[in-house]
Amino acid sequence: MRGGDLVKRHRLSTRLWHWVNALTLLVMLMSGLMIFNAHPRLYWGQYGANFDPAWLEIGTRGDHGFLRVGPVTLPTTGLLGVWQAPDGSTQHRAFPHWATIPSSYSLADARIWHLAFAWLLALGLLVFMIVSLVNRHFQRDLRIRAAEVRPSHIWHDIKQHVRLRFPTGADALKYNILQKLSYAAVIFVLLPMMILTGLAMSPAMTSGWSWLLDLFGGRQSARSFHFIATVLLVAFTLVHIAMVLLAGPYNEVRSMITGRFRIPPDKESA
Amino acid sequence: MTDMLFDRRSLIRGLAVSAGGLTLAGCDRLYAKPQFRSLLQGAEQLNYRAQRVLAGRDALAREYSRLDMSPVFRVNGTAMPASSDYQTHAAEGFAHWRLALDGLVSRPLSLSLAQLAAAPQRAQITRHDCVEGWSAIGKWRGPQLAPLLRAAGLSSRARFIVFHCADDAGGRPYYESIDLDDAFHPQTILATHMNDDRVSVPHGAPVRLRVERQLGYKHAKFVMRIEARERLDDLYGGKGGFWEDSAGYEWYAGI
Repeated sequence: MRGGDLVKRHRLSTRLWHWVNALTLLVMLMSGLMIFNAHPRLYWGQYGANFDPAWLEIGTRGDHGFLRVGPVTLPTTGLLGVWQAPDGSTQHRAFPHWATIPSSYSLADARIWHLAFAWLLALGLLVFMIVSLVNRHFQRDLRIRAAEVRPSHIWHDIKQHVRLRFPTGADALKYNILQKLSYAAVIFVLLPMMILTGLAMSPAMTSGWSWLLDLFGGRQSARSFHFIATVLLVAFTLVHIAMVLLAGPYNEVRSMITGRFRIPPDKESA
Repeated sequence: MTDMLFDRRSLIRGLAVSAGGLTLAGCDRLYAKPQFRSLLQGAEQLNYRAQRVLAGRDALAREYSRLDMSPVFRVNGTAMPASSDYQTHAAEGFAHWRLALDGLVSRPLSLSLAQLAAAPQRAQITRHDCVEGWSAIGKWRGPQLAPLLRAAGLSSRARFIVFHCADDAGGRPYYESIDLDDAFHPQTILATHMNDDRVSVPHGAPVRLRVERQLGYKHAKFVMRIEARERLDDLYGGKGGFWEDSAGYEWYAGI
């Protein structure tokens, strides 16, 4: 394999899950933001309602929208708390119409979207995990080796990323340590955490699986962690898309659709 | 091989197109199609079955200690039913109020507060989870529903227990319904007391249903009549509850 070669890169299972999961996460995010709009306050502990102290709040004071995190309040008029709907009306809700499913306020409809796609998220992740263990995608491509987690190696990779120097030749086919760490964090930490914190908010599930309440420190803490994991997944997605754009969007997106990837030419041969 | 690749490609292209179509306004348009909507709504049955299997039909909701109780238990929904009958009862301290238990039973009952107090009681400090996302912990006490259903001679045809309430919104009476698993669950009580006082009017006096494994809107306030039924589709909007009929909330509110 040399620079310029067109090679097979991603397996069908990886490609299918990638796109199903991307779609699912987008729907879960947007319907989740609508659900958040029904009570745009987050708490720590077992209980939390309007008279209890919230650590995060999106709200409205007069004509002004604000986001408060702990003691810090940011003005967010036009974006959060107060915004214009497409019909020109001013809305006093946390997240704006373009960020939510459905676009106009309906907790009931958002829940129907969210709780249906939740099955796709959970079963999709489960099937992908089993297939990736069987076809050794995890062991081959995501296994982190001792040499890779040496601080000097990680520091080297960070510098390479910041300088936008991406691997070429056969090295481009392997995930670097930052990729491995972020993919592993998404697959093994963040997505399972989304599912478990979601279940920890269910009064039925926590009746049988009361350990969920202990794991996250209560239903309202689980709701907070659900939101924090969402923010981390959105941050991952933004960086992920930025890296695809920087590394060559045509080649990268093609490799995730058809599986074919053109190996970036080595510097010497370029 | 080429054919297979083509199929894969068209499948992927189809997925990508639906991904684009789903976002923003596309979602609202897609959701307006009844077939798509009922496909998504199928998840409710899936949740109902999966949660009964995974969590267990008899699993008890977490009970808390006094120290865990909310300092202020938020009032939600109707704070005072508009019905003049109800307001008369409230003014009399519910002295002449009776709870009807009828429908598919062999011995319909009409129970005073004193009779409810004489029935087997249960006290529990539990978490009330609103569908909106907030939670409040309070102490509830009252007769368990199961012994009352047995005393009334529940018919084997009965599949649902319906709670008819004194409050209404826009002229539509509030009601709720649960299945027999929840009706016979030990924590399902007709709460007459909250935080060691009589249940106040804003919290649903004189009797509020506690069905601890479901979300707040199932916990009917101002319960006037309990009716055993075989089906729900011929009652009011047919979906088994006020919020189910009027806004499309799930009948099974376990999550």
